[in-house]
Amino acid sequence: MTDLPVLSLVVFTPLIGVALILLVPGDNHRAIRWIALLAALASLAFSLNLLGYKPDGAEFQFREDISWISAFGMRYTLGVDGLSVVLVLLTTVLSVVSIFYSWDPIQTRVKEYYATMLLLMIGMLGVFVSLDLFLFYVFWELSLIPMYLVIGIWGGPRRIYATVKFVIYTLVGSLLMLVAILAVAIAYASAGHPFTFSYETLRGFGYTDSLQALAFVAFFLAFAIKVPMWPFHTWLPDAHVEAPTAGSIILAGVLLKLGGYGFLRYSLPLAPDAAVAFAPIVIGLAVVAVLYGAMVSMVQPDLKKLIAYSSVSHMGFVMLGVFVFNTQGLQGAVFQMISHGVTTGALFLLVGVIYERTHDRQIAHMGGLNARLPRYAAIFGLFTFASIGLPGLSGFIGEFLVVLGAFQYSGWVAAATMLVVIISAVYMLWMFQRVFFAVPSDWMRRFWPTLTDMTRNEWLALTPLILLVVGLGVLPGPVLDAISAPVQRILDVVNASPGLTSWSLPW
Amino acid sequence: MTVESLIALIPALPLAGFLFAILLGARIDRLPAHGHDAHGAAHADDHGSHSGHGGESHDTHAEVDESAFRPIPSEEEQRATSPHAGHADDLANSNGADGVIPDDLNDGLGQTGHVVEGGPRPVYRSWWVPTALVAVMWLFSMVVFVNVIFGGQTYHVSLYEWIGSGSFHVQIAFLVDGLTAMLLLVVSTVGLLVHVYSIGYMDGDRGLWRFFAYLNLFMFSMLLLILGDNFLMLYVGWEAVGLCSYALIGFWYKKPSAAGAAKKAFIVNRVGDFGFGLGIMMIWTLLGTVDFEQVFASIGTLDPTAVTVIALLLFAGAVGKSAQFPLHVWLPDAMEGPTPVSALIHAATMVNAGVYMVARANPIFAESPVAMWVVASIGVFTAIFAAAIALTQNDIKKVLAYSTVSQLAYMFFALGIGAWVAAIFHLVSHGFFKGLLFMGSGSVIHGAAGEQDMRFMGGLRAKMLWTYLTMVVGSLALAGIPIFAGFFSKDEILGEAFGRGYYLFWAVGLLVAFMTAFYTFRMVYMTFHGRWRGPADAWQHVHESAPTMVAPLVILAVPTILIGLLLGLPPEGGLIHGWLEEVFRGAEEAGAGILPGSLAAGDHAGFSLFGIGGLLLLAGAAVGAAGILLAYRWYVRDPEAPARFVTRIPLGLGPGMYAASLNKYYVDDLYALVWARGGVLLGNALWWVDAKVIDGAVNGAGWVAQRYGALLRRSQTGHVQNYALGMAAGLVVVLVAFLVFRA
Repeated sequence: MTDLPVLSLVVFTPLIGVALILLVPGDNHRAIRWIALLAALASLAFSLNLLGYKPDGAEFQFREDISWISAFGMRYTLGVDGLSVVLVLLTTVLSVVSIFYSWDPIQTRVKEYYATMLLLMIGMLGVFVSLDLFLFYVFWELSLIPMYLVIGIWGGPRRIYATVKFVIYTLVGSLLMLVAILAVAIAYASAGHPFTFSYETLRGFGYTDSLQALAFVAFFLAFAIKVPMWPFHTWLPDAHVEAPTAGSIILAGVLLKLGGYGFLRYSLPLAPDAAVAFAPIVIGLAVVAVLYGAMVSMVQPDLKKLIAYSSVSHMGFVMLGVFVFNTQGLQGAVFQMISHGVTTGALFLLVGVIYERTHDRQIAHMGGLNARLPRYAAIFGLFTFASIGLPGLSGFIGEFLVVLGAFQYSGWVAAATMLVVIISAVYMLWMFQRVFFAVPSDWMRRFWPTLTDMTRNEWLALTPLILLVVGLGVLPGPVLDAISAPVQRILDVVNASPGLTSWSLPW
Repeated sequence: MTVESLIALIPALPLAGFLFAILLGARIDRLPAHGHDAHGAAHADDHGSHSGHGGESHDTHAEVDESAFRPIPSEEEQRATSPHAGHADDLANSNGADGVIPDDLNDGLGQTGHVVEGGPRPVYRSWWVPTALVAVMWLFSMVVFVNVIFGGQTYHVSLYEWIGSGSFHVQIAFLVDGLTAMLLLVVSTVGLLVHVYSIGYMDGDRGLWRFFAYLNLFMFSMLLLILGDNFLMLYVGWEAVGLCSYALIGFWYKKPSAAGAAKKAFIVNRVGDFGFGLGIMMIWTLLGTVDFEQVFASIGTLDPTAVTVIALLLFAGAVGKSAQFPLHVWLPDAMEGPTPVSALIHAATMVNAGVYMVARANPIFAESPVAMWVVASIGVFTAIFAAAIALTQNDIKKVLAYSTVSQLAYMFFALGIGAWVAAIFHLVSHGFFKGLLFMGSGSVIHGAAGEQDMRFMGGLRAKMLWTYLTMVVGSLALAGIPIFAGFFSKDEILGEAFGRGYYLFWAVGLLVAFMTAFYTFRMVYMTFHGRWRGPADAWQHVHESAPTMVAPLVILAVPTILIGLLLGLPPEGGLIHGWLEEVFRGAEEAGAGILPGSLAAGDHAGFSLFGIGGLLLLAGAAVGAAGILLAYRWYVRDPEAPARFVTRIPLGLGPGMYAASLNKYYVDDLYALVWARGGVLLGNALWWVDAKVIDGAVNGAGWVAQRYGALLRRSQTGHVQNYALGMAAGLVVVLVAFLVFRA
């Protein structure tokens, strides 16, 4: 097994699916769906090999390294550490879930849809496994375009506005990131080294403070927009509201994690001094995001918007954990990414379930659903409490560790962040009450006779997420173990850094 | 089996019951449902007798048109159809939902709990398997209890490492010492009895399996809470019981008031948990561990200010969970839940968690006189505050709810003055007698066709003798009449308060004892004595409850009578002091909470029957008797007296005071205004910022780019001459620049 290029198989198996889909006539929906599902499942199966990752082994395992564009030292270098492993697994699981869930809801342009979803999968997986900055950039942009199409073609009524906003927002960040990538590569080459984009080579180099500051800001914009970090978050609610359910699952579940991953993989190791210097600002923004997202969530009339704003709050935890620079904070941040992916992915799926039945997501239009859809209500309740951070479910571990990390940074930061345990209970339970308790709204009564509880397919799609949300909450050990070595490496770099001592802008 | 494995099994059994019930529930739900119409009337008529309506309403499983939507009456409609529509002005709970389970609140799933011959088996199993598992759990608990108390053992059981992150390690591990054993006694005993009681009480509710699933999950969570051997485990159980409380308060979720109460309970608790969580983090940050024993061993090395902050943060959690002022508002609302839930969660077990936590953390509190003062002051204030509300409540469960708040406050009062054992003693005795009173009130509500308003009861002792007798026993205990459990535990607290030099607190405590006796017997007299004040036709349906409901009452009456005699004699030196000696040894030896110059600070500490201790005891018994007498005069002999008394209060304050007490001193209204309304306003304001300012900037940038692009587009005329002109102009600019800058 070890000789197989596991990572390439994980990343590019979906491409085989795309090729096969293109060969099938467009009206053969059944075949297309099966091909897409099997391709995603195959990728998932290959990704399970990564469970063989040894936490105390070499830093990057399952390495592959092939020369790509030799003139500029760009190489096809893949490899994973624990951080990548957990995110790759999250991606393959959520991709399978979202492709499977699309079975019934997507009835138009089926062929294009599944090809797009598989391409999206390639882009996201590639980001998590590439160890060459240029390759990383290619995958990063590759993940952007399919999502642009998914929202723009299969989205809701305001899909064009939403998708253009999403793409322009993200492009602004990623173009700056390209500049930063080129800048660090050139800086390294100008010191007399051969030209390279290799992550492992570039990260150890002592860049000047000025370059670090600029590179950090550029990376920061790219990643902060993706996370999304307050105040760069306004694309997210629009994108979520218009995206089809599967798009929302991927968007919340994986695409936002690209940002968090970027900070851990690139921002901190490449520009540690700048990261240390800017940390207080980022922490301040993160605390604002946590509280602001929760407060705005509280008054949302649309279920998807509510969950989108709650994502802003939850992802604020990730940023906070990353920038307090201690073990609990960083591990909590990574755990929070996984947990948020599972929980919010499931919540978007669940919103999709009711949307499929009523074509509406207004909270005011619901009510009393517990009587009609008890199993749906039970599962929604499970993920509601996971989102609130109930101990025993996955959300608690990440949030608690992040706030614990923040407490070591400052008790006041921890206290401010901790306020969200109250606000999150308010917005989630208020929503839950209005959707599931009391009596149905007049609007909902029209659907009452035809409302059906969860179908078998919906159950199948949710089962892995249910197992994960409970399993990770009860047994977080494997994930925490897998990420402990990568987190320690980042901390070693950052905590040895003196911060920015002398820096000036180049103009 | 070793005791260690029994300890590990104790929480596992209810967890298994929970899993069983939800898996079973999924099956029950798939069975065809009952028709709505065949069901409703039978319940309202005669709920207790199974024979009456087995025939016509329970064999109609087959073709029932589930798809026909039956409009559910709104709260107003329900109220209008309630027998006392005219009096429904201030009766939050007069919908008659409790006990009778009107069809509209029945959730329309699966079968009823009545097992009719040929009826589907799984329904039956939905209660007996969880109950049997809890019964086994009770047996195990008793074995553990005996081993700990009489064997003098302390057990540590470690299962696995739950979280390991850097130097932060948390084990799933159990600690059983004397304190845990006392809690185990209350939790498992009342838990088992409530399960049995619920079989009768919830009979006929179509969500029966849901109810038992939640109950078992609650037992699991509560056991985790008391068994956990570190602060994080305590927190886990703490939050989990909050979830179960939420699910059970909102059990009749179709009632908007129940749904709202459930949410309120969880959120208000979360306010306390905010502090609790921070306290745990601070402990770990300063001490590097969250294990009870390690924390307590090293707490003395910390800066006193830090200890005070930690203690107050922890206490915030206790204030929430144990419903102390200012976070008491959720508990009375929680009475929306089915009465067995009120008995188990909101009287005997979960609400004790705060007391348990402070007692468990006694080494921390003992280090901080400030925190002790805060605990005692909150306790004393809440005790009189809640008692003053209980005086005027008309809903039988609300009286008991405020009484619970007040009694829990007594325990905090005891903790705050360093009377640790007395607090736990009161916790145990209160757990039994308040559990009894709640279950008794449930029996009353059940027998009186769902009526909860005492103004429409009366004379029930004629038809509900067993309920009456057991409730009188419970009431005597609550009122603090000698030989009953509450007498010993309450007077121990008062005696300690006096002995430790808290004379003002002692006086207030004595006043509260008087008020307690008064409102308790006001409840007894309004319910059981006098004449039936409800609708005449309802009287004939009043009946004693089923044996499964009466038996737990009788069983609980035994410890209510005996436990004080067994554990509390001699006062301040009974058995329980020996059992809990180890747990509180450090704090006792440090003399935490003893004021200088007090009796306890001098040489003649200890109780003497023919000294000051005996006088205090006498005073305690006398105020209890006086309260009962006053209640008797006002509510049996001369029912006009209370109204006259109100008008006689000087300065015309009477009616206002009455209204304030009836309306819970408007705390709920204040919170609704400030927090609920204010929160939504703030949320909307921020949303406006989001849409107009932040997104405005984004869209503005897009708009600028578009306009700029539109301007530039004008230059793209398509005429070659224009472009040539542009090139020429550019060339000139470059040339000029070159010439200028070269110089």
